Amino acid sequence: METFQFLAQGLSVALQLDNLLFGLVGVTLGTAVGVLPGIGPALTVALLLPITFKLDPAGSLIMFAGIYYGSMYGGSTTSILLNAPGESASVVTALEGNKMARVGRGGPALATAAIGSFVAGTIATIGLALLAPWVVEFALAMGPGEYFALMVLAFATVSAAFGDSTLRGLTALFLGLTLGLVGIDLQSGQARLSFGMPDLFDGIEVTTVAVALFAVGETLFIACGGDRTQETITPVKGSLWMSREDWKRSWKPWLRGTIIGFPIGAMPAGGAEIGTFLSYATEKQLAKNPEEFGHGAIEGVAGPEAANNASAAGTLVPLLTLGLPTSATAAIMLAGFQQYGLQPGPLLFVNRPELVWGLIASLFIANIMLLVLNLPLIGLWVRVLAIPRPWLYGGILTFATLGTLGANPSLVELGMLLLFGLMGYGLRRFGYPIAPVVVGLILGPLAEQQLRRALSISQGDPMILFGSPMAVIMLSIALIATFGPLLWRLFKPEGAPSSLAGNED
Amino acid sequence: MTSLQSERRLDRAAFGIAVALAAVAIVIAVDTYNLPEGIASYARVGPRAFPYAIAAAMAVLAIATAIAAWRGKFPERPKDEYGPFYWIVGGLLVQLALIGWAGFAIATGAVFAATARAFGRGPLWMTYLIGVGISLAIWLAFAKGLSLVLPAGPLERMF
Repeated sequence: METFQFLAQGLSVALQLDNLLFGLVGVTLGTAVGVLPGIGPALTVALLLPITFKLDPAGSLIMFAGIYYGSMYGGSTTSILLNAPGESASVVTALEGNKMARVGRGGPALATAAIGSFVAGTIATIGLALLAPWVVEFALAMGPGEYFALMVLAFATVSAAFGDSTLRGLTALFLGLTLGLVGIDLQSGQARLSFGMPDLFDGIEVTTVAVALFAVGETLFIACGGDRTQETITPVKGSLWMSREDWKRSWKPWLRGTIIGFPIGAMPAGGAEIGTFLSYATEKQLAKNPEEFGHGAIEGVAGPEAANNASAAGTLVPLLTLGLPTSATAAIMLAGFQQYGLQPGPLLFVNRPELVWGLIASLFIANIMLLVLNLPLIGLWVRVLAIPRPWLYGGILTFATLGTLGANPSLVELGMLLLFGLMGYGLRRFGYPIAPVVVGLILGPLAEQQLRRALSISQGDPMILFGSPMAVIMLSIALIATFGPLLWRLFKPEGAPSSLAGNED
Repeated sequence: MTSLQSERRLDRAAFGIAVALAAVAIVIAVDTYNLPEGIASYARVGPRAFPYAIAAAMAVLAIATAIAAWRGKFPERPKDEYGPFYWIVGGLLVQLALIGWAGFAIATGAVFAATARAFGRGPLWMTYLIGVGISLAIWLAFAKGLSLVLPAGPLERMF
């Protein structure tokens, strides 16, 4: 029952007035920015990270947690009211949600998404609180060899396993790893890939890369696409309230979505959006009237939306307990911790329990705030959604500049924003996923550190990497995750999908 | 032009990516090779091993990309308009040129105006003024309010 003591202690932190305020600011900003089409949680956090680093760590982290959850809620609003979702995890929600909105059932769709997100978020956060101490205990016993294997596994699943091309996923990952090399090597003090430029000695800012790829690259991509991505907003007609029938059809998908989404998110592997696809398929399978699917079935909104939020909370398990980000958003949150000199992982639970548990407790509060904030204010969010594109993207780039200069007020930093923005456009244009670049950039140096630590313990014998059953298992899964999809594509049955899911965020 | 219908399916732009990846591999390898000998360390694995591994992987990826480009394996790309592209990149370049001495607002206004123009909104003088106004408001909020260090110019110094 130690967990509940910690949680109670955390609640006392989260309920402090200034932390409540940070949480409220976070969920509001998160929802507002998450609603904006084309802006996912990853960019939201990346934009706001550098401009808050003067604030108190606990408060800021609570704010980021709020932003994280808030942008998930906002994203579902976008995918229901707009035919183009802002984040790929909401693609499935758009399938049924947008159909519902078009036949005038936008209100119930938004309601089931919001309440489902609340239910899933709350249950999954309880799951996080229960699971975390257990994983921490396990993680404390892990050596550098196991950590390295775990990171390799994350690399493989984030880049290769679930995208639509192993080659492009791996290329994106190695681009990230290359960027991660830049700067002074902490163990030997030598500057790598810095070309004598002092601005590069500290390495490349994760936020600059993330903002460049997600904001500049995306803006260029949308602008050059012309009318290709023109979106239409479906107005919300009729009542926001769910009928008795809607409730009856929603509550089971909420719970099932949670049960599917949380474990998938909590695994130390990428691909958290898989849960939404699985949930959709499950609901379609179990539905009494499956013919409704594709024409606006409420189960098809309730389930995947719950799964989405549950896996978002699940993603925090490897992030907080192992320091292992498995999505672009988690990678940027990790950068946020590092900004305050904190390294998430088992030791953070031991050394700063009030911080970690305050953060976890604040997630419950964020969830409640979001439920209260979302439905009654839906009119406001719809208006945010309707910002014309010239102003929207002009504003996004203005804030991108602000974020970059806030992290480091130098011309070199601004130049990098442009450079990586061009790279981001290229990546989009040629179908490369973005998330592996960000994950590779932040996790690469950590993986190298663990590798070198392991090898110095073994005095250079590489067999230490395969020294424990756990490491061997993880490396094997990584191998299968990388090359399995290739084999799957070669031998797939006729008509089977070539990949499981999209990418991003 | 890269035509998907033609007999030769070489995707030249994708082939260019392969060349770029190969160049990255070479740059990493050369840079790593030229690392000065550091302070003698206990670690058997120095700062070289990891970059070499990444360079090797990049080389393999470059070859695989070249093969994919040769076979036309890249997803089809709809035609892009390049007008908006130049506007946005131009806006960012103007900002880069101005920010050192003209300050945050005057420089960032250019980014806002150019982006609005890329999405078909003008006239430029109006969007520029709006952009300067927004940027100035942002500067006031973050430089004064959150004590962030942001470049100041003549406009900012009035406050």
